[in-house]
Amino acid sequence: MTALARYRIILPVVSLAVLLAATFYMQPRAMSYFGLNLLFNLAVPIALATIAQMMVIMVNDIDLSLGTFVSLVACITATFLHDTPLLGAAMLLALILSYAALGALIHTLELPAIVVTLGMSFVWGGLALFILPSPGGTSPVWLRTLMTVKPPFVPMAVVASVIIAAVTHLLVIRSGIGTVLRGVGGNARSVARAGWPLVRLKALAYGLCGLFGVLAGMALVGLTTSADANIALRYTLLSIAGVILGGGEFIGGKVSPTGAVIGALTLTLAASFLSFMRLSPDWQIGAQGAILILVLTARLIFSRKGSVA
Amino acid sequence: MTLLAKPWIWSWLAAAIAFGLTLALTSGRGAGELAYAALSFGAFAAIVGMGQMLVITLGPGNVDLSIPATMTLTATLALKVMSSDPGTALLGLAVALAVGLGAGMANFALIFLLRLPPIIATLAASLVYQSLAIWSNRGLRIKPPEGLADFSTGRFLALPNVAWVALALAVVVWVVLERTVWGRWLLAAGQNMRAARLAGVPVEMVRAATYLAVSVFAGLAGYLLASFSGGAALNMGAEYLLMSIAVVVIGGTSIAGGASNVPGIWGAALFMFLVVSMLNSYGAGAGVRSVLTGTIIIAIVIAASTRRVRA
Amino acid sequence: MSEQASAAIVTLTQAAKHFGPVRALDGVSLSVAPGDCIGLVGHNGAGKSTLVNLVNGSLAPSSGEIRFATGSTAHAAGVRSVFQELSLCPNLTVAENLRISHRALKGPGWRRPARAEIRQSLDAIFPGHGIDPDAEVDTLSIAQRQMVEIAIGFAPRGTAARLVILDEPTSSLDAGIADQLLEHVRQFCAAGGAVVFISHMLGEIFDVATRIVVLKDGKIVAERPAGGFTRQGLVDAMGHVATEAAEAARTARELGAEVVRTEQGLSARAGEVVGLSGLAGHGQAAALARLYLSHSSSWRAGKTPRAVFVAGDRPRDGILPLWSILRNISVSVLRQGARWGLVDRAAEAETAATWKKRIGIRTENVENPVLSLSGGNQQKVLFARALASPARIVIMDDPMRGVDVGTKQDVYAMIQAEAARGRTFLWYSTETEEIIQCDRVFVFRDGAISAELTGADITEEKILQASFEMQEVS
Repeated sequence: MTALARYRIILPVVSLAVLLAATFYMQPRAMSYFGLNLLFNLAVPIALATIAQMMVIMVNDIDLSLGTFVSLVACITATFLHDTPLLGAAMLLALILSYAALGALIHTLELPAIVVTLGMSFVWGGLALFILPSPGGTSPVWLRTLMTVKPPFVPMAVVASVIIAAVTHLLVIRSGIGTVLRGVGGNARSVARAGWPLVRLKALAYGLCGLFGVLAGMALVGLTTSADANIALRYTLLSIAGVILGGGEFIGGKVSPTGAVIGALTLTLAASFLSFMRLSPDWQIGAQGAILILVLTARLIFSRKGSVA
Repeated sequence: MTLLAKPWIWSWLAAAIAFGLTLALTSGRGAGELAYAALSFGAFAAIVGMGQMLVITLGPGNVDLSIPATMTLTATLALKVMSSDPGTALLGLAVALAVGLGAGMANFALIFLLRLPPIIATLAASLVYQSLAIWSNRGLRIKPPEGLADFSTGRFLALPNVAWVALALAVVVWVVLERTVWGRWLLAAGQNMRAARLAGVPVEMVRAATYLAVSVFAGLAGYLLASFSGGAALNMGAEYLLMSIAVVVIGGTSIAGGASNVPGIWGAALFMFLVVSMLNSYGAGAGVRSVLTGTIIIAIVIAASTRRVRA
Repeated sequence: MSEQASAAIVTLTQAAKHFGPVRALDGVSLSVAPGDCIGLVGHNGAGKSTLVNLVNGSLAPSSGEIRFATGSTAHAAGVRSVFQELSLCPNLTVAENLRISHRALKGPGWRRPARAEIRQSLDAIFPGHGIDPDAEVDTLSIAQRQMVEIAIGFAPRGTAARLVILDEPTSSLDAGIADQLLEHVRQFCAAGGAVVFISHMLGEIFDVATRIVVLKDGKIVAERPAGGFTRQGLVDAMGHVATEAAEAARTARELGAEVVRTEQGLSARAGEVVGLSGLAGHGQAAALARLYLSHSSSWRAGKTPRAVFVAGDRPRDGILPLWSILRNISVSVLRQGARWGLVDRAAEAETAATWKKRIGIRTENVENPVLSLSGGNQQKVLFARALASPARIVIMDDPMRGVDVGTKQDVYAMIQAEAARGRTFLWYSTETEEIIQCDRVFVFRDGAISAELTGADITEEKILQASFEMQEVS
């Protein structure tokens, strides 16, 4: 049984390692500080978005608005946070709070999260268009500096991923409140029966999603230096795929923050890998889908073996 | 009272209000044109919405995210086969339905054989379909055969032909759900898959048929939409992902599964078009339009849920 | 007595609870003092669950008063409940589950005390339990989960448990483990704790209870020290006539050809009632589910199914909650009258009406939602669904859970009548009373058949022997 628990994290690690090895084989020059930086350049915002999605999946919901939300944050970061930092920060804080309020609303009225977040995706997208009708804006200097910092030995993207994984692991798996939140996903009734206010827990999970969504949007602008209203639309699907690739499950509060970060890295790498393969651009999207299917097939085979053993 | 208890009434009410508000601006002029346009565009949303409804009825976790990619792929391939030659409309339809069927089989194979959650399976598959469409399309825009284009933009008894197609489909889906053994099986499986299986319902067959149906519906919608708009475009399906889910929910189908609602799909499909044209006619920009659309969707869901709580 | 009342952990005065027009609890006065072990008995719908929910603070009374000795809430007074349905978080470890109900456990390094506390509690109640505090709950067996739940109920969790309510705590435990629990309950009460013990096993009640409270129709109809009751008297007080007629119910029948044979050795002949017995959780339910699944298909359904299934775990395996009673019954016979795939709605309505009458489903209209029925009546719906089908083999997975005695007798008679018409029944039951009605009994142990008994050999003693016999060897 412990092997079964362990494989949950082994498989994401192995798939990342295999993909990394294949990339190095195709392009040995990637095996360097600079190469790694290039490969994982965009991993940080994706990893943060994946963690954000995981917070909601942890309590058995799903967020279909994350991509538009990250886009909106990017637009605010590139405009208000740059021009009037205080106002910008207040807006971002308000966004996090509105996520928490959304969680409370979804719980209190027993609304289907998939639909409410679907509606919210129109709202976030509209606000983003409103703030930044055409691509533009500028990243705050400090953010740019932070995202392009060059730590010794290991590139920034890798260091940041490790930090994100460590912090969220502590928060979700080790800490008491993280345990209770996972309990909500596992058996909400028993958590409520033990006297926990479910509304606040749901709001907390959604608030955390909002927080990591905001961080993702900011990190994205720090890397791209400007924003547009559609900059992160694909993050919705990428983040869901990342959580699942990382060994998470849609129901039952079974999530792994480390796995989610690794899943995000795998997805980022997959894109870089395909361009190294000089694949016709026609097939790049399709190949990403194929890799997703492949990894999940491997997971099925492993879990079958795990349950037999 | 009994009318208000029907879950589909809300989407029709909302559509009527949006219709009324739009006409209030023109003091009633152009009502016929607006209704005609709503029926034309609503037809496509209704077709994919009914497919999505069948899938969502299967219960939590069941949703088809590959609808847009399937629409694009079927439209691209059908138009390619027809290559604007007159008299090939039925051949094109057959190709579109066959491609839809193939996509449905692929989706279900991933779900059944690899035991993937449907969200992930249809998402991954849709990436592949998208690539196939890009590859086969090569950026060309092939016009539909003239007769087909005329049919899809034409009218019969004052209603658009595409609306007749979608209405006929709605009647078929309604009969299947309300009167057939298969419909009962679908509703049973959606409430509790395990209990349904133990009650003798062949649940895998039901699931397979549902996933095939949604893709065939998407194929039909793609074929009609491409004919309607003068050719297939790579992003032609994009808005139908959110649209298909939105019309299901606004239409009063339970997102938890086991309860379907065909009339509501039509109401919601009309509403989704009317609300945009309403906001347009009030001069709202794209951003405001989007925010209001989202707010309205959420408001309707809340209204439907508080009604349910009180009941 | 007045002195005791003042020291009571919880005192109910004329407490009542109404759900709409339904008086679930109709003025109950009860006090639980330290050292009390109260056996709470009553039939379905007598108000046991409502009473428990008032005492543990899940529900507020419609009228009357509930007073706790310390603090104003059940939580502060040290009142704990262990529920019949499993209420752990399956994705968390045993220790993490303790954390959920132990809110004072805070700060970094909370895991170590959590582990220690749950281990200590498990060791105290179930010596030799072999449960790892770091195991995720969904890797444990049902019995182990129930043990964990009971252990969490008795664990100190910051305040020390003063009153523990055990609602059917032994339903998934085998006899040895149940005895450990009963022993612990006795010790706990001797040490000044209090327990409210709800069980359908009267033996257990007499074993541990110092006082027995009998509920009927939302009222306490008898409350006496345990010695003041006989088993017969207790059953009479609950309001139903105890039946000794089980033996007589078995009628001699001509059995037909063999219709079921599994690799495991399970077999049945046409017209035979075959019982599956043994300690709970030893593979009987799994064997039946396998048997049913192998006799039906996920891909097609013929007009005449070979087998039907009667679920015991209603919410999980049986009831289709959104549907009416009618649709819940007819789902098994849809194919019969169907033409061109269309449901024959007249035949469907007739089937439902017939069975409503035959099996006595208490409802005015079969179009009512199935969830408007009580648990026992929902179970009747599931019986009707199975018996209405023309299938020759009826598979029953402990189907009498939550069914009152009167209904049970009706169903027993119906089973015998249907068997006489050549139907085959495979019947898993945890109640010996039911097993001894069978023509042939397979006793399960550790997922395998340990004995096959027929005719006069089917006795409680023989079954127990077969259930335990080999355990000494292992």
